[in-house]
Amino acid sequence: MINFSEVSETNEMIEKENLDVRTITMGISLLDCIDSDIDKLCKNIYDKIYDSAKDLVKTGDDIAAEYGIPVVNKRISVTPIALIGGAACKSSSDFVKIAKTLDEVAKKVGVNFIGGYSALVSKGMTPAEKLLIESIPEALASTEVVCSSINVGSTKTGINMDAVRLMGTIVKKTAEATKEADSLGCAKLVIFCNAPDDNPFMAGAFHGVTEADRIINVGVSGPGVVKTALEKVRGEDFEVLCETIKKTAFKVTRVGQLVAKEASKRLGVPFGIIDLSLAPTPAIGDSVADILHEIGVEHAGAPGTTAALALLNDQVKKGGVMASSYVGGLSGAFIPVSEDQGMINAVEAGALTLEKLEAMTCVCSVGLDMIAIPGDTKDTTIAGIIADEMAIGMINQKTTAVRLIPVIGKGVGETVEFGGLLGYAPIMPVNQFSCDNFVNRGGRIPAPVHSFKN
Amino acid sequence: MNKAIITVVGKDTVGIIAKICTYLADHKINILDISQTIVSGYFNMMMIVDLSSSDGEFKVIGDELDELGKEIGVVVKCQREDIFDSMHRI
Repeated sequence: MINFSEVSETNEMIEKENLDVRTITMGISLLDCIDSDIDKLCKNIYDKIYDSAKDLVKTGDDIAAEYGIPVVNKRISVTPIALIGGAACKSSSDFVKIAKTLDEVAKKVGVNFIGGYSALVSKGMTPAEKLLIESIPEALASTEVVCSSINVGSTKTGINMDAVRLMGTIVKKTAEATKEADSLGCAKLVIFCNAPDDNPFMAGAFHGVTEADRIINVGVSGPGVVKTALEKVRGEDFEVLCETIKKTAFKVTRVGQLVAKEASKRLGVPFGIIDLSLAPTPAIGDSVADILHEIGVEHAGAPGTTAALALLNDQVKKGGVMASSYVGGLSGAFIPVSEDQGMINAVEAGALTLEKLEAMTCVCSVGLDMIAIPGDTKDTTIAGIIADEMAIGMINQKTTAVRLIPVIGKGVGETVEFGGLLGYAPIMPVNQFSCDNFVNRGGRIPAPVHSFKN
Repeated sequence: MNKAIITVVGKDTVGIIAKICTYLADHKINILDISQTIVSGYFNMMMIVDLSSSDGEFKVIGDELDELGKEIGVVVKCQREDIFDSMHRI
């Protein structure tokens, strides 16, 4: 039978260390909504999402109340819209119409984000995919809760450099289109290499075509829990350190598994995966940088940071895989800058640069995330940063992503305030040397060789 | 069995257990196990209860216990047992 100390351990994790279920994300396939008439298509999309997700928020809240654990976000991901709108959309503004429909139905069912305004163009772009990409600035400026992601490369196909170049321009245009709100639109736009089909976390969530009609994916988080556990083993060797992270990750994932199963049962929607990610928030103590500090580096970015992050990421996965048979999504440590107070402090202290962040993304679960850069950064420079990050993903057979925010009208040394879970960020300097000739070549970078691994 | 864990934490005073148990009896909630201790003036209690024959919805009982706790001046939480089982038992 459960004893006193176990109950208080769980409740302390929840009350003092910010253990929470970060998101219950319902994936919904829109493939059966396709129609060649745009108005009919929008109606089909609205109806299918509404019917599928009308009880999602209430179910999440009920589970939170009964188990005593916060379920912070309830969200929806849909089939990449470039596939759904292909037959009906003759222009970018047709795609924007779909974005507005998504926004409307998401608000109606009460979720706080809907992902899947996406295109998968790792090898080539169809005309519809190009139109969708070109519609992104307007779509993100005229909606509030729609998130967009574009997959521009993979280990199997290489990198679509035409798409990379285009995304450099689109990121900048999105920043321009939302400059009144400190270019907030870019916080809802992610560029991926090896994007997973079942990621529940925003802004990169979409419901892949390999998925079932509807599915429940759950993201758990708990950087604070890991940090508190590590405080108890200060000065111990790496074996003890790794064992502690693994055990903690196991416990956290088990809670996610329970919530996912319960949500799946109550909603009558099959359970997909648990995404165990250490996803920081701006709340004090809910920071991945603080874990790195606890492992032993003065600030995130100091020598040793990449190794510390590598072991953290790996132990989190090991603990998670033992706790649930269906671990998926991104699963690992996120290192966004603006959403993590410890990262912000590291940037302000001068310990953390864009280049070090890039090195860290080789061993963490995602990539260059929520990084504010000067608003006058060139399109080609942004494309160059994207290409670098995609190359890391392609060669290392992992997911990488870029979510950069060129803040229009602001430069290095200033800060930008996004509010809520997105936090605030100091604007980081970008390498000023040009990569125009590289980015403007056009075409594709071929898929890498899968042997001779050195 | 429909088991839940009730935890009560707060400043010690007369009649905490009496009031909580009266509420549980009124709602046909059976107590399976109680452990209680006082740590430096603070009252800590954990109960394992069975709600199989209870007359109310889980969420309502949770809310009412929370209210009752506020009246007494302690924090009362009622959570389904599964969350602790999942975390601490393989």
